[in-house]
Amino acid sequence: MSLSRRDFLKFSSTTAAGVAAGTTTIDLAPVEAAATTLKLTEAKAFAGVCPYCAVGCGQLIYAKGDKIIDIEGNPDTPHTLGRLCPKGAATIQLSNNPLRPTKALYRAAGSDRWEEKPLEWMHEQIAKRYYDTREKHFIEKEKDKDGNVVTVNRLETIASLGSACIDNEECYLLSKLNRTLGIVYHEHQARV
Amino acid sequence: MTTNLIDIQNSDVIMATSNMAENHPVGFQWVMKAKERGAKLIHVDPRYTRTSAAADMHVPLRSGTNIVFFGGLIRYAIEKNLYFKDYVVHYTNASFLIDPEFKTPTDLDGLFTGFDPAKKSYDRSTWKYQVDGEGNPKRDLTLRDPNSVFQLLRRHYGRYTLEMVEKVCGIPRAKFEEMAQLYCSTSGPEKTGSITYALNLTQHTNGVENIRSLCMLQLLLGNIGRPGGGVVALRGHANVQGATDLELLYHELPGYLAMPLRDPHPDLKTYLEKETPKGGFWTNKPKFMISLLKAFYGDAATKDNEFGYQWLPKRASADAYSHQHIFADMYAGKIKGFFADGQNPAVGGPNAKLARAAMQRLDWLVVVDIFLTETAEVWKTPGTETKDVKTEVFFIPAAPAAEKDGSLTNTMRLIQWHEKAVDPPGDVQTDAQFICTLAHRLQKMYANSKKERDKGFRAANFTYGAKPDHPEMVEVLKEINGVATEEITDKEGKVLYKKGQPINSFAQLSDEGKTTSGCWIYTGVTVESPDGTLVNKAASRKPADDKDYLGHGWGFAWPANRRILYNRASADLAGKPWSEKKKLIWWDPKAPGAKPEDKPGKWVGLDVPDFNAFLAPDAKNGDKPFIMRTDLVGGFFGPLNDGPFPEHYEPIESPTRNLLSKQQSNPVAKIWKVPDQKNELAPVGSKDYPYVITTYRLTEHHLSGVMSRYLPMLAELHYAHFAEISHELAKELGIANGDMVTVSSPRGKIHVKAMVTSRLTPFKIDGKTVHQIGVPWHWGWKGVDQLPGSKGDITNDLSATVGDPNVYIQETKAFVCNVKKGVV
Repeated sequence: MSLSRRDFLKFSSTTAAGVAAGTTTIDLAPVEAAATTLKLTEAKAFAGVCPYCAVGCGQLIYAKGDKIIDIEGNPDTPHTLGRLCPKGAATIQLSNNPLRPTKALYRAAGSDRWEEKPLEWMHEQIAKRYYDTREKHFIEKEKDKDGNVVTVNRLETIASLGSACIDNEECYLLSKLNRTLGIVYHEHQARV
Repeated sequence: MTTNLIDIQNSDVIMATSNMAENHPVGFQWVMKAKERGAKLIHVDPRYTRTSAAADMHVPLRSGTNIVFFGGLIRYAIEKNLYFKDYVVHYTNASFLIDPEFKTPTDLDGLFTGFDPAKKSYDRSTWKYQVDGEGNPKRDLTLRDPNSVFQLLRRHYGRYTLEMVEKVCGIPRAKFEEMAQLYCSTSGPEKTGSITYALNLTQHTNGVENIRSLCMLQLLLGNIGRPGGGVVALRGHANVQGATDLELLYHELPGYLAMPLRDPHPDLKTYLEKETPKGGFWTNKPKFMISLLKAFYGDAATKDNEFGYQWLPKRASADAYSHQHIFADMYAGKIKGFFADGQNPAVGGPNAKLARAAMQRLDWLVVVDIFLTETAEVWKTPGTETKDVKTEVFFIPAAPAAEKDGSLTNTMRLIQWHEKAVDPPGDVQTDAQFICTLAHRLQKMYANSKKERDKGFRAANFTYGAKPDHPEMVEVLKEINGVATEEITDKEGKVLYKKGQPINSFAQLSDEGKTTSGCWIYTGVTVESPDGTLVNKAASRKPADDKDYLGHGWGFAWPANRRILYNRASADLAGKPWSEKKKLIWWDPKAPGAKPEDKPGKWVGLDVPDFNAFLAPDAKNGDKPFIMRTDLVGGFFGPLNDGPFPEHYEPIESPTRNLLSKQQSNPVAKIWKVPDQKNELAPVGSKDYPYVITTYRLTEHHLSGVMSRYLPMLAELHYAHFAEISHELAKELGIANGDMVTVSSPRGKIHVKAMVTSRLTPFKIDGKTVHQIGVPWHWGWKGVDQLPGSKGDITNDLSATVGDPNVYIQETKAFVCNVKKGVV
C-alpha cells in the first residue's frame, strides 16, 4: 500500500502532539523527527493486523529492505482508530528478536540436545512419520452399534493441535490436510 | 459476537462480566465512548481491576456462580415486570408450549426430566414443544399457559431470589438490587444494553449454560439485534474466531457443519437428512456441505460417489477427540504422533502436568512456532530425566503475521487482510508453506496407492499459484469463498458464473456439485470485478464516517458483511424501528423490489439486513428475526446436554454445598479418570484445599507466554509471577506482600510471589467466610535469561481435567487450592 497525502498529514499531526506532550520532561523532538523522516522517506508501509488478542487492531508496518523498522497503529481502522495496547506496540519484537530460532531443529529420542537440520531433511522425516503412523494404525472399516460394518476411514494415532495464531487460509489448509488424511484428534485453543 | 465493538458506544448500560479494560484494551475505548455519552458501566468480577476502576458499579461474585447471578436477574426482570413484552412475545419462544411431562429442577431437586444416573445423561424426549395437527408449535401469546416457556422460565428462576443470590454468589442483597434495577433499565424500545463475556463464563463445567443465561437475559430485555445491544463475546487470540470458523475443532467441518459420526451418519444422504433442520436458514445445509466436499476433493467428488463423503473420517463417538481427550488418551499411549502448531499445551492447557507427561510418551512430536516453546522442549521439563524421554522432536521455526500475507478474523467476525512486509529470515517457514509441503510429500508417497481410502487425499489440491512450496494465500481465500466448477446459468439460460469464477453469495451455492466453498459463511469475501480481476474484500480499507458508523468498507464481516446479527429485531413487527433513537434497519415500502416486476419494498438502513432483504414484515415469517434457528425466534428454551434452562451447580471442586438443590455439581459434566494420580479432585468443602482459585490474564502478557515472555519490551513489565491474595487471607496466613508462597491443588503446586491486595475481598457464602485468590497463567520455565521475572511456575499445573458436557471446556475459572507461606 502507499501513503496518501491525507495519511501523511495525519502522521505529522500525531507526531506534533507527541512532541508537545514531551516538552515538560525531555525534548524528544529531534529523535522523533528523525524516526518519522526515516519512516516516511525510506520505508515502505504495509497494512498489518495485530497478532495478539481478537480485537484485531489495524497496524502499519514500516519496512526498509528486508527489515521491519517500525510497527504502529493504523488510524484509519474504524474499530480501533490507530490505538495499540502494550502487546500490539511490541509486535516488532516478534520479528526482530535475537531469541528467535531461524533454523529447523531436531531432537533424537533420548537425546539431551537439539541438532540443526536442513529443512529438506526435516520435511522428509516428518512426512515419513506421518506416513508410517497412518499406514500402521488406519481404521478403514468397523462395526457400528448394531453390528453393521461401515466405512469410517479414521486415523486415531496422530493428533493435531493449533492454532488460533495462524491465518484463516492456514487454518483451512490444516483442516483440509487433517480431514483428508483421516485425522480426528483435531483441535485448537478455542476449546480451552 | 452478535454485535460490533464500534456499536457499544450506543449502549445505555454496559455490563462487563470480563476484564475488558485489561484484556481487550483497545476495544474498551467504545465502552468509554458510551460513558462519555452518559452510559453506565457495571463490572461483575471477583477481582477489582482496571475495568472496575472505570465502572459506575463493581459487583464482585464468587467464581463459579454465574448462573445464580443471571438467574437472579432473569427473576428480577420477570417479577418486577421489567421485560420487553412485545419483543419477548413475538421474537422469542416464550409463548411456545412445552410437553406437559417436562419438569424442571424446581420439581426434581436439581434435575430435569429424563436423567439416567447410570449413563450420566438425559433422555430428552419430553424436552419439546407441543405441536398442532400440522406439526407447528402451539403458542399462547398471553404467556399465561403454565406449560408456556415463559411460565416455566418464571417458575424455574423463582428459586433464584435476592436472598439466594446473596448466599451463593456473596453479593449483598442491596447491591444486587441496585445493579439489577440499573441493568433492567435497558429494557424497552428506547434503551439498550450490552453484556461482555470472555473466558470468565466459558471455562466452567457449565460454561455453555453460563452463556445461555446471559443470552436469555438479553432476550428478555429485548437487547439482541438492536444498536447498543448484543452479546459481546471477547475472544483471546488474533484468529480464534477464524480458526473456529475454519474448524480446527474435532466436532465440526468448516462453516459449523457436524463432523460425521459413525452411527448416525453412515452415508451422505442420511447425514443430510439428520443434520438439516426443517426451518430457518440451515435448510440450505446440503449446499454448504456438498460445496465443502467439492472444495476438499475437487473433480474426484461426484454425485456418484456421494461427493467423496466416505473419504471423510467418521467419529466413533461424540464423547471423544477433544482437547482434554487428547492428553488423557496420549497419556494412555493411544496417540503416537502429535503436531503442535502455534500452541503451547505444556503451559496453556488445563492440567499442564498431565499434558507434559503425555507428550513425553509420544513417539514423535512436530512443533511449528515462532519461539522454542516449553512444548518443543518438553524433554527438558525441570525434574525430567531427559534420556528417559524417547520422543523424537521436530521443530520448524514459524513466521509471525508481519512476514506473510493472509487474513485474520477478529472477535466481531471481521475478516481483515494483512500484507507481508518482509520475507521470513533463515529457514523460517509460514505455517501454510509447512502444511502444503507436508501434503505434497505425503501425496508423493501415496501416488501409487490403489486403495479406495487414499483416493480422497490423493485428489485433494494443495497447490495454490505457480510455486507449490510458496502457496498464494489469496488463492486459498478464493477456495474458502468458493467458485463455480462449471458454467452456471439461470432459468432463462443467462450465464451467472463462468467456470472458476468466485461465487458472490452463499445463497448461490449448489447442492449439485456446481460450486466449491471451503467455508460457506465466508462466501462473498472474494468477488470478481467486471474486468475479471479478483477483489479481495478482506483487504478493503475505507474508514468509517458519519454515514456509515459501522465501517462496512473496512474488511468483510461474515456473513455477507452484516455487522449486527439478527438486526431484523431492531424493528417492530410492522418493520418500523422500535424507536428513532435505536434505529438500525427498517422496512421501506417504497424502495424498489428485487426485480423491476416485483412489488416494491425492501429492508434498508444502517447495516446490511441479516434477513431476506425483500421479505415484507407482513409476509409469512417476515416478523421472525432469528433466521438461523429452526423456529426463527430467540430461544429461552433450547436443549443442551445439561438442560433446556441453565441451572446452577457448584463447580466440580467447591468450598460449599449447592444451596439450590441436592445436585452438587453438573450431573452430566465430564470427569476424566486418569491413572497415576494425574487428575485427583478435592472433595466438597475440603479442609486441605479450602480456598477458591481463579486464573486469568494480564495486559502485558499473552496467553501461554510464547508471544510475550521472549520479547524484552513485554517480559520486563512484570517482575515476577504472582498470586493475588486479599489482606484478610494474608493476615490469617501471616503472609506479607512480596513473600514467596506455595499454591497447591490435588494436581500440583507452584511457587509464586504474594501480591497482597485490596482488589480481592473475602465472600460471605451461606454465612461463612470464603476466601478466593487469583493467579495469572502466562508463565513457564522459558523466557529472557536477563529478565528472571519472565520465567515462573506453570499455573495450569494446578487445574484439573474436567469438562463441560456440551463442548468439553475445562474448569480453570473456579476450583480450589491451598496457600502456604514460603516454598514448601
